[in-house]
Amino acid sequence: MLRRRVIPCLDVADGRVVKGRRFVDLVDEGDPAEMAARYAGEGADELVFLDITAAPERRGTLLDAVERTARRAFIPLTVGGGVRSVTEMRDVLRAGADKVSLNTAAVAEPTLISRCAARFGRQAVVVSIDARASSAGVEPRFEVVVKGGREPTSLDAIEWAERAVDLGAGELLVTSIDRDGTQSGFDVALLRAISARVNVPVIASGGAGGPADFVAAVMDGGADAVLAASIFHREQVSIEAVKAAMAAAGLPVRLARAA
Amino acid sequence: MKDGGWIHQRSNGTGKLRVAVIDYGAGNLVSIDQALKAVGGDPFFVREADELEQAEALVVPGVGAAAPAMSRLERRRLVEPIRQWIFHGRPYLGICLGLQLLFETSDEDGAETMGILAGRTSRIEDAPTLPHIGWNQVERRRRHALFDGIAENADFYFVHSYAGVPEGITGDAAILGETTHGCRFVSAIDRGNVLGVQFHPERSGADGIRLLANFVRWATALAAGSGAQFAPMGAGGTGGGD
Repeated sequence: MLRRRVIPCLDVADGRVVKGRRFVDLVDEGDPAEMAARYAGEGADELVFLDITAAPERRGTLLDAVERTARRAFIPLTVGGGVRSVTEMRDVLRAGADKVSLNTAAVAEPTLISRCAARFGRQAVVVSIDARASSAGVEPRFEVVVKGGREPTSLDAIEWAERAVDLGAGELLVTSIDRDGTQSGFDVALLRAISARVNVPVIASGGAGGPADFVAAVMDGGADAVLAASIFHREQVSIEAVKAAMAAAGLPVRLARAA
Repeated sequence: MKDGGWIHQRSNGTGKLRVAVIDYGAGNLVSIDQALKAVGGDPFFVREADELEQAEALVVPGVGAAAPAMSRLERRRLVEPIRQWIFHGRPYLGICLGLQLLFETSDEDGAETMGILAGRTSRIEDAPTLPHIGWNQVERRRRHALFDGIAENADFYFVHSYAGVPEGITGDAAILGETTHGCRFVSAIDRGNVLGVQFHPERSGADGIRLLANFVRWATALAAGSGAQFAPMGAGGTGGGD
């Protein structure tokens, strides 16, 4: 039976893992390959790098970090942040990533999804959707925001999710901007609305605070995988504790064996 | 001096198995390169047929659709050399697409594939989610050196929507392992000198590394000639007459 995945996310700037509020007050946290290997050893099922390098000319450092990571951690790696073309995606895959996540560029140019899927297969194309609750009503509504959550688009997140899958997304990484960094739990309504409408795997992101939140994202939100950043980096919650909670709730998880 | 010592006199002079990894632009090769190195192999990338001469074992990796993969292999004139490699009984491991390409056709895009194994590649039926992405178990039908030392319930990493469907008696006999996602599908095959896995051992943590170490050991024995008891694929054709 397919396991529910637990995925640490690392923000990477200029080839280093950084911590901070998105894009500002960044603090150097360490080497991505080191941290990736540590997470792999602790039972991470997969890793996500979110590249927040400000200057495009520094992209080479990202590719170097991806390759060093692929040579250290034998678990899958998804790289997102700033990929705008088939050529850039090719470079990231060649460096050792298994999947690339598209966000702002896909909203601006949706055919990027289909072009990347045609070239590399849909299983390599993750579409990352940053969403926020847009208005009160009987049915919750969610709006897509881009550029790291700073810019609204007026796109409906559920409709965009369906369209992205139609275009060739093999997986959706759904982040609640409202919950991101709050540790108040994943936005289960958002996850449920999307997972009910698509048949590709949905990765829940934004708001993880404790093990019970991960269980809720899967059981109530219908997520196939759960992602978190800061609570893992701060060692506030361990991957093992998350998996133990999921297993206790009857969810299938991979119990990693030491290398 | 006929003590079989030539096994240790490999072309690279290191005693390591020279593993050709076909590079046809189908995604990440860094992981398989590093994983093969980690288990004591000596991998190198092959883009043209004559580079195969250096090889003692062949790995065909890859993800994605069959038609573009076949056309890239054909453009590099690699299809026939790979078929010949297999028919000569030399060790082969297909990973994901490298397994699917062994069959005759793919339902994904109607591509005609290598036709080494009778059967076709088709979409996984009744799957709750597609692509099938993540860790899942491989139920083994029988013992094989490829899984030596790996627990029965070990998980491996999958990322695909299609899987090979072997046909006929020989096709059925080639099934080494199956995995369930909605329906059951074939996730590992073994036909003499040809092994194939639908999952990605190079991305499957410690168990995946173990499996690749087993492959290198198995291929080393086969390449050294102690695999004479293996019936090369060429002998039985592609399963005709089943």
